[in-house]
Amino acid sequence: MAVPATDKNSARFLRVPRLALKHREAVEAWLFVSPILTGFLIFFLGPLIAVFFYSMTEWNLLTQQAAFVGMENYADALSRNPDFWHVVRNSLIFAAGLVPLNMALALTLALALSRPFFGVVFFRAVFFAPVVTSAVAWAIVWKFLLQNEAGAVNQILAVVGIDGPNWLREPDWAMAAVIVTRVIKMVGLNMILYIAALQTIPRDYEEAARLEGASNWQIFRMVIWPLLAPTTLIIMVITTIGSFKVFDHIYLMTGGGPENGTLVLAFYIYEQGFKFFNVGYASALAMIMFVVVMVLTIVQLMLRRKDMQ
Amino acid sequence: MTLTVRQIRTLNRICWTISLLVVAIPFVFPFLWMISSGFKSATEIFGQPSLIPRVWRWQNFVEVFEYQPFARQYFNSLYIALAVTALTLVFSSLAGYALARMRFAGAGLLMLFLISALMVPEEVTIIPNFFLIRWMGLMDTHSPLILLPVFGPHGVMATFLMRQYFLALPKELEEAGKMDGLSRLGIWWRIALPMSRPALAAVAIITFLFSWNLFLEPLVFLSSLELFTLPLALSNFTDAYGLPLWHLQLAATSLAVVPILGVYLIAQRQIIESFALSGVKG
Repeated sequence: MAVPATDKNSARFLRVPRLALKHREAVEAWLFVSPILTGFLIFFLGPLIAVFFYSMTEWNLLTQQAAFVGMENYADALSRNPDFWHVVRNSLIFAAGLVPLNMALALTLALALSRPFFGVVFFRAVFFAPVVTSAVAWAIVWKFLLQNEAGAVNQILAVVGIDGPNWLREPDWAMAAVIVTRVIKMVGLNMILYIAALQTIPRDYEEAARLEGASNWQIFRMVIWPLLAPTTLIIMVITTIGSFKVFDHIYLMTGGGPENGTLVLAFYIYEQGFKFFNVGYASALAMIMFVVVMVLTIVQLMLRRKDMQ
Repeated sequence: MTLTVRQIRTLNRICWTISLLVVAIPFVFPFLWMISSGFKSATEIFGQPSLIPRVWRWQNFVEVFEYQPFARQYFNSLYIALAVTALTLVFSSLAGYALARMRFAGAGLLMLFLISALMVPEEVTIIPNFFLIRWMGLMDTHSPLILLPVFGPHGVMATFLMRQYFLALPKELEEAGKMDGLSRLGIWWRIALPMSRPALAAVAIITFLFSWNLFLEPLVFLSSLELFTLPLALSNFTDAYGLPLWHLQLAATSLAVVPILGVYLIAQRQIIESFALSGVKG
């Protein structure tokens, strides 16, 4: 193995044998990473292993009884508990609504705001502002705005003659409301990532295409969109994973209701674990969430790699 | 009538600006409505809607502090966020430096190990962490709200962000420091850290906001009102039937959101860049 010149130089300077120096460097390095590594093992890896074992127990905190049941909790979720598939369906609808809407809006805003013009800083600041706002505050305000008759949204709709639905009390409308308000909250982040990517595309490409007589749409479709592909994939990973993690937004706006219409996976885990104290079942759900998120990440990382080759 | 290219461009620009203004409505309106409703009385809130309150009820902002120990809760959020930020800065830059600059056996494995953390949402580990914290006797204290963010996926993300930045720094100054007999710790503190102010600022900003906005952990670990953090306190302005006391809730929410928005408006370029950096690297 080649030893870099720097190591040699410093070794000569310090008059310490090379091996000892290398050894010392390793010890120091482990000391440097030890705080984060220790905490990581205690508060992250340990719990991750624990949750796997919990998931194989029938353990209710109220009755204080725990028993090993093997794969029963998973069987419960997958085949016996109708709630589970309802939750899966809701989570998929949530993701299927949120991800495309978020990405399309983010890209459109980024295309409009990637070049300097009067007001560009103002608009970027506006579209990004909900990102720095707490999800709790955002959800509280939107819950207020989306009330049936007293809500500002329906009052505004009434002005133009539309009789707005009782947004948060009807399952389908509640899901739509939660998705849209979440998109408004988070779209600024993806917009910024797209703007950063757009700014790395040389103007020459576009100029050249324009000289050849390409229309705006053709330039976007043939030049910009392909060059954005890596960014689009990264954004898709982040946004999809984020959509499965959404908790506070649902907790405050709908509480999973009405009629479990917005009961999504993260909220279901919380409810089973901390409201009904079904530790075993909730842990099995957590493991399922873990696998889903991991598979998603790996699949998309592989896509990304293929794309880059 | 034919338009010149210049006129078409101006027209185009105006159309874009108007469309952007329309799209901006749902991004701005909630903030305006929140602040305005915070000044309204409970009855006015449900009366004829108007953006400007008919009667400015400053009393709301006094009642917010009487209803709950809101000042205490505000302070809790602030000091927890500062503690999380400080610890994250130290630990992530230490580990990030080692991963970027030092050669040691197991570094690759360690990286892989840490990367896996980025794939696991906090919701997955919250149940065992609940038992762990209870076993440690730290229920209903602020310790878990500091420990979990610092050592969880967010801390790992910060570590990678720092590592990425250290990798891009020129090595020469550090070599010179070594020649001058600085220890590794000295090089990290006196040379590497001062050169990575932009990365440290980015980590500080996203970490502060991450802690400030944390909700699941306070919800699970806290039960005493005077220990609540802001997000938990905000969700708690309800009457005896659990229905929201909108005028107080919105006044309190305004108090929680407006200072952050103020700082954001002043430093928006820096803040937006921080998120861009963490989004790309994390």
